[in-house]
Amino acid sequence: MARSLFDREPKQYDLMETLLTPTAKSQAMPTDWRDFFTLTKPRVMTLVIFTGICGLLAAPGSIHPVLGFTAILAIAMGAGGSAALNHWWEVDLDKGMKRTANRPLPSGRMRREDARDFGVFLSVTSVGLMGVAIGWLAAASLAVAIVYYAVIYTMWLKPRTPQNIVIGGGSGAFPPFIGWVAVTGEITLMPVLLFAIIFMWTPPHFWALALFMKSDYAKVGIPMMPVVAGERSTRIQILVYTVLLAPVAIAPWAIGATSWVYGSVAVVLSLLFLALAMPVGTRTRADEDMMTEEKTLFKYSIYYLFILFGALVADRVLEKSGLISAGMLA
Amino acid sequence: MTPEDETETKRRQKARNLVLGGTLIFFVVLFYLITIARLGSQ
Repeated sequence: MARSLFDREPKQYDLMETLLTPTAKSQAMPTDWRDFFTLTKPRVMTLVIFTGICGLLAAPGSIHPVLGFTAILAIAMGAGGSAALNHWWEVDLDKGMKRTANRPLPSGRMRREDARDFGVFLSVTSVGLMGVAIGWLAAASLAVAIVYYAVIYTMWLKPRTPQNIVIGGGSGAFPPFIGWVAVTGEITLMPVLLFAIIFMWTPPHFWALALFMKSDYAKVGIPMMPVVAGERSTRIQILVYTVLLAPVAIAPWAIGATSWVYGSVAVVLSLLFLALAMPVGTRTRADEDMMTEEKTLFKYSIYYLFILFGALVADRVLEKSGLISAGMLA
Repeated sequence: MTPEDETETKRRQKARNLVLGGTLIFFVVLFYLITIARLGSQ
């Protein structure tokens, strides 16, 4: 007589219980929706959304509030989708690093395929939404940004070259570019400059972090600059990129696209960035080093970008309200 | 699966259904508003 599925031998049942480790049990359960949200890297997305909004608000012309909101939503969804794909691809690396070991995939709270499917779904939907609601040039830019981060940076460059951050920084530089293009519908010098600002900002920002997180990257074999080229070379390159960033940050004012409001903020912020990068670039790590200078530079670099892009928007708002005269190209 | 696991599974399913339902309603409303905005601009 055929045995019912429910007629398990006690021994088999015990074996099943033994096989169901905490990780396996958590994977047998439906994943908590908050873990899907975590996959989108909400903290990184804050900066993406902020710079995207700044690009949108600083662009000449206007956009319907609903369409503006949709453009930012599409940028956020695209960033979230590519972040989920990054989680999916790097699960083994994340297991080895203290900072990332508790993420949904390495901790076993989610199946790997779910993260991949979620990432692909978000990415495709974001491009479709941008194309249908805003325009296909902005949608194409978003698609390039997603591929740039999920494929060129995550899968190709990051495990292969210490220049991964320099080239990969381009993916984080897209949001203000896309925000601008969503309003104007064309690619001009200003969105390219906004792209260049974040592109130049990324190496000193990330290498400052990499200097005090060096051991984590070394452990999982990621060729971050301090691991491969050594601290001395990394520190010099932080200084070089900070010097290169200053003229790029001041350029929107120098070419007459913004007024003195943005120009003065850019000058002061860039000088302060240089002042903080100088000790990082010139010092040598001592025994029991607390890496205070590097941590300060890392924190400052985040404020730098928020304030610089905030000034760009403030400049445009003041100009639109007639309180200041417009830049020559505005 | 222990009774605690079953309770947790049901809680997670319910929460996911609510989030998914809310997201779908949000997109229905958003596409309606996008249509109005785009028609208005033409």
